[in-house]
Amino acid sequence: MPPAIELHGVTKRFLTPSGAVFTALRDLDMVVQPGEFCAVVGPTGCGKSTTLALISGLEPASEGEVKVFGEPVTGIAKSIGYVFQTDAVFPWKTVLDNVAAGPRYHGTTPREAREKAREWISRVGLSGFEDRYPYQLSGGMRKRVALAQSLINEPRILLMDEPFSALDVQTRALMENELLSLWAQSKASVVFVTHDLEEAIALADRVFVISAGPGTVKANYPVPLTRPRNVTEIRMQPQFSEIYSEIWNDLKDEVLVSYERQKRSGAA
Amino acid sequence: MSGRSAAARLDEVTPETGAPQVPAPAPITDMSAQRIRARRRYQFNVYALRILTAVIVLAAWELSTRYAPTVIDPFFWGQPSGIWHQLVVWFTDETALGPLWKQVLVTMEETVGGFIVGTIAGVVFGVLMGRNRLLSDVFSIYIKAANAIPRVVLGALFAISLGLDIRSKIATAAVLVFFVVFFNAFQGVREVERNLIANARILGADDRRLTTEVIIPSALSWIIASLHISFGLALVGAVVGELFGATEGVGQLIYSAEHNFNANGVFAGMLLLATMALIAEAIITALEDRLIKWRPPQVGSEVQI
Repeated sequence: MPPAIELHGVTKRFLTPSGAVFTALRDLDMVVQPGEFCAVVGPTGCGKSTTLALISGLEPASEGEVKVFGEPVTGIAKSIGYVFQTDAVFPWKTVLDNVAAGPRYHGTTPREAREKAREWISRVGLSGFEDRYPYQLSGGMRKRVALAQSLINEPRILLMDEPFSALDVQTRALMENELLSLWAQSKASVVFVTHDLEEAIALADRVFVISAGPGTVKANYPVPLTRPRNVTEIRMQPQFSEIYSEIWNDLKDEVLVSYERQKRSGAA
Repeated sequence: MSGRSAAARLDEVTPETGAPQVPAPAPITDMSAQRIRARRRYQFNVYALRILTAVIVLAAWELSTRYAPTVIDPFFWGQPSGIWHQLVVWFTDETALGPLWKQVLVTMEETVGGFIVGTIAGVVFGVLMGRNRLLSDVFSIYIKAANAIPRVVLGALFAISLGLDIRSKIATAAVLVFFVVFFNAFQGVREVERNLIANARILGADDRRLTTEVIIPSALSWIIASLHISFGLALVGAVVGELFGATEGVGQLIYSAEHNFNANGVFAGMLLLATMALIAEAIITALEDRLIKWRPPQVGSEVQI
């Protein structure tokens, strides 16, 4: 079986509005196995989100190879789910219609889509809220809708772009545990972008450290903590701290480089 | 790490799903009666002050035309009692052009016709040009140029080319409506959040679905906002069209009153137009509330209790 995701020598450049060329990613290599939960950490602006955009097919790579299950990515792949950093649920649809959107777009009849949506809504713990509009929900509940909306399509690859960064600490821990239990049932490959190293280690089988932009993979670390995990308890294990300090040693240089650069560009 | 202990207490999960079920929210029942009474009193005061304002203005007008006609001559400026009398005559007897309801109906037909034609054309072109880069790059310069000229003069052209019947008025009204709706629809399409588009595409939406399920609903609040202004403009278009040549309608009624130096008639006609516009505004607001019920209540409209 080919790896779920392969990126080989991937470079991504953007043309800024002023006409300058901005390199977001340079010569990036990354391999994610089927069923593997990977976290991607790196300083602000290192191209973490861009990596996800390339895997999803929302944006093409400027150079290099992007493959999903052995096939080169040419457009939006069918087997992909994407949970965005900011709210991306449709504000004019009710919870039920939001979750039913994926199956509807894939040609399922409205009745079947709604039935399936109800099932997923109960799976993410939102039963009773089917007829609410997103503005009537809390941030954490909207994230649950977003999760159900992605997972209902039964993606083989789930891309998550700092999905819980806007939540408070308690809600966040709840959502992380829920994500783990949903993932354990689905066995999808996950690429989870975050700036929070603790979150990365608590969730993932493997942590990729991306260097300060242009981003490239500086190192990757396996996380040999046992599953099933409880994200709040696992942080107290001694092994967790060992892994944390090992990766942090690597990451902090990049964070400093990025910080210095920001200060300089801010001063200029 | 500060929230660790609090978080640890929170992660009691149900065994089968891993998801804690959020209890459905209870309706608000505990309201302070005293505050509600204060709120009602405030509402009452608002209405009372509104009526008082109207009474003061009308009384000042009436009294000055009656006791100081050399300063404010009722022949030129009209008089509330005269306007009232004019309205009574129009309603009970008939106008110079025939029964009043017919004039109102004709103008309403022209306005609504122009409003519908202009709105549909504005939405279609706005969405098309908002979605298609080439179309907008080619046509934007012409639309801007057309928008810059005072379009009411087109009423004269339509009176020649389409004749003096209802079509020339609908055309004038439609042209005025078109540009307002067009610019709003265009902008609305352009302002759709890229996140939402990306999400819909990931979920499997094709181009048609993207337009009907994301672009148009998102642009709808812009489009509906423009309808409030554009109905007023449709009324302007219909009345101006009637001024350029017509046999019926409220605009024509005002025109004939002016020719008879009947200032009260002009005011009475204006009052009719204002009433029509207010009724239409109420209908559009009701439509807006129905169509965009997914929007959070406007800031400030919440009642503090």
